[in-house]
Amino acid sequence: MRRARFRRTRRAGAVTLVSALTLTALAACGTSSSSDDGDDGNGSGANTDAAAPLDPKTKVTITIDCMPPAAKKAELKEWNEDVKEFNKTYPNVTIEGRSTPGQCLEPPRFTAMLKAKSQPDVFYTYFTDLEQVLDNDGAQDISAYVNDKTVPLLKDIDPDVLGSLKKDDKLYGLPTSNYRMGLLINRTLFEKAGLDPDTPPATWDEVRAAAKKIAGLGGGVAGFGEYSAANTGGWHFTAQMYSLGGDVVDASGTKAAFNDAIGKQVAENLHAMRWEDDSMGKTQLLKWGDLQKQIATDKLGMFLAAPDDVTYMVQQLGAKYENFGMGPIPGGKNTLAGGNNYMIKKGISPDKVKAAIAWLNFKFTTVGKGQYDWERTKADGLPVGLPQPNLWLNDSKTKDDAARVEFATMPVQNFKAFMDNPVPGKAEPPKAQEIYKVLDNVMSGILTNKDADIDKLLSTAETQVNQVLANQ
Amino acid sequence: MSAPTLTQDPAAKDRRPRRPRAGAVRPPAGGLGKALRRNVTAHGFLIGAVLCFAFFSWYPIVREFLLAFQKTDDGQVSWVGWDNFVTVWNDPAFGQAWRNTLWFTALALVLGFAVPFLTALVINEFRHGQGYLRLLVYLPVMLPPTASVLLFKYLYDPGYGMFNEVLGVFGIPAQQWLQDPDTAMLSVVVASTWMNMGGATLIYLAALQGVPGELYEAAELDGAGLLRKVWHVTIPQTRLVLALMLLMQIIATMQVFIEPFLLTGGAGPEGSTTTVVYLIYQYAFNFNNYGAAAALGLILLVLLAGFSALYTRLNRATEE
Repeated sequence: MRRARFRRTRRAGAVTLVSALTLTALAACGTSSSSDDGDDGNGSGANTDAAAPLDPKTKVTITIDCMPPAAKKAELKEWNEDVKEFNKTYPNVTIEGRSTPGQCLEPPRFTAMLKAKSQPDVFYTYFTDLEQVLDNDGAQDISAYVNDKTVPLLKDIDPDVLGSLKKDDKLYGLPTSNYRMGLLINRTLFEKAGLDPDTPPATWDEVRAAAKKIAGLGGGVAGFGEYSAANTGGWHFTAQMYSLGGDVVDASGTKAAFNDAIGKQVAENLHAMRWEDDSMGKTQLLKWGDLQKQIATDKLGMFLAAPDDVTYMVQQLGAKYENFGMGPIPGGKNTLAGGNNYMIKKGISPDKVKAAIAWLNFKFTTVGKGQYDWERTKADGLPVGLPQPNLWLNDSKTKDDAARVEFATMPVQNFKAFMDNPVPGKAEPPKAQEIYKVLDNVMSGILTNKDADIDKLLSTAETQVNQVLANQ
Repeated sequence: MSAPTLTQDPAAKDRRPRRPRAGAVRPPAGGLGKALRRNVTAHGFLIGAVLCFAFFSWYPIVREFLLAFQKTDDGQVSWVGWDNFVTVWNDPAFGQAWRNTLWFTALALVLGFAVPFLTALVINEFRHGQGYLRLLVYLPVMLPPTASVLLFKYLYDPGYGMFNEVLGVFGIPAQQWLQDPDTAMLSVVVASTWMNMGGATLIYLAALQGVPGELYEAAELDGAGLLRKVWHVTIPQTRLVLALMLLMQIIATMQVFIEPFLLTGGAGPEGSTTTVVYLIYQYAFNFNNYGAAAALGLILLVLLAGFSALYTRLNRATEE
């Protein structure tokens, strides 16, 4: 009896061991990382000068993501037209676009793609993804490939924007759009409340006063809205800190820097607006998308946003451009800046890198062509006249701004205050998402608890952020 | 051919073949290879299922174990021992997430365990319309969770929600519900109970209907009222099902994610609805720290494995 049990145990053990070994072997398969085509990515397989443009005789095929999906008919039509136009100059390059429904970049999917090294040759990222991409050894250093021959308007691209794509003076991407956060206003509610929509509030005191008036309209209208969930609360707390000249992490990147007079000012102002003035609405724990719905349906007077939020509201929520205006971020010391760009997969051949840069230059960094062909954009029924993306300086800016005004499909003057008062852009802190998660608690504490202890909220968050930074 | 006897042989009970104990089925003798060869066709049919399980269930589990001890965010996979566990342990949200999860579990047991049982008791008392009542109770389960959650979001809204409207009728001041750190979790549990109680109610109802009627009749003859019948007959007779459901609920509620994620954005006011699984989600998909996510997942797995072992034992007991 005991022997039989022992035999069974031994057999079961053997089966378990075999299964475990098989699965471990399988698991090991999944941990190997492979380079695309064996190239080391440093151009060692190249027989050409990296700085020279692509030889028109060399046949290459490049894969590129964020091609507009079929649902975006006008954008897809433009993409296809641009590919055709590009192929007149480069008939040797085959552009294989890949599209995804919904957002081009969803962080979970993007992260998984980087881990699996399955990104296309040319892949779309946010400015803030640079660290993550480099941590995963995913992007090619394109410094040697980008110059005034391959990107003729390079000197006119805002250096702040290019700076967001650099690490240790090496360039890793070319920008497609940029944003700076400002104060988005609902012009209808401003007028109803007796406020001047052409002069949005420029200080936080003015915001508070305007919010009070707008909330006074009644009918569940809120004057000013803020996020406090899904890490977006911390994101906007950071923006408000920047607006008053503060910071959330000190210069060394190792210590929290928001538990100070500015942090307290931000927190107290929001708490007063929510509980003393009752001008921020009763519904809180909002995240990206919630405030857009409120302002699009005339239930919210103001919130911090980027110009492309307006496009989202018009295209997805059926709002009208005329109903919105924008001013610089109140306080005006600094503002959160960011944007999108394309990077090039590390390990692809130098010819592919050159083809990719030629395409990106044609589509995204040439005034009057590709995404800056405003005449065509207007003809296709797409919006023209938003202040951003605006990557340009010098002559390029003059030309591009004039074309925007000429073909505008919206009242450009609504964004005049934002355009005329540029605020210096400031990037997100290190470990941004983890810090935002902690700061969400500060925001939700202020906005959901009438008796919130602001000092305690800030000092608890400070301790937690210090822990997050110590875990780097 | 002899006619069947109608009289019960008193010794027949002892001659009845005993059901083997679950788990004591003997494998065919002669080693694994022989066992496989003996029934090639059957094993051929099994291959598809086995491969599916291997790729979509067992491999991820093994991978998760490995990930918990690896660092993967520098493009290379490196073994880091217990570092991920240290990271998770040092995370300021770790303690809060466990406290919140245990608090959710405790509240869910009080509400989510008692309410379906009481509902089943009430339905069981009805002579007519039981089918209709069963359908009514089960309807919320048929709703997609997201739709149910959105419904509760509207009900709870402190500005225009129906709950505050109803309170207003009785002169009770409006509540913050999901937006108050003190009531957020309770509000989540109420929504969760409404969404999920249908299944549990039907199981309790089946168990109640399995209680022999003569026991109730005997209790009634002894002068027992409703409460005493429940206490002395119903609960002892459904004891094992109750214990099983209790464990199942503990296992399920410890993994709560959807309700707080959709109702309060995950963290809730001052982090009051941050749960362990939400923290795992944050590690993996917001912080790209798969090692830490796997490590925390493993901690949760060990804890739930204990409950699962208990569940299996109880399940075996109920079968017997």
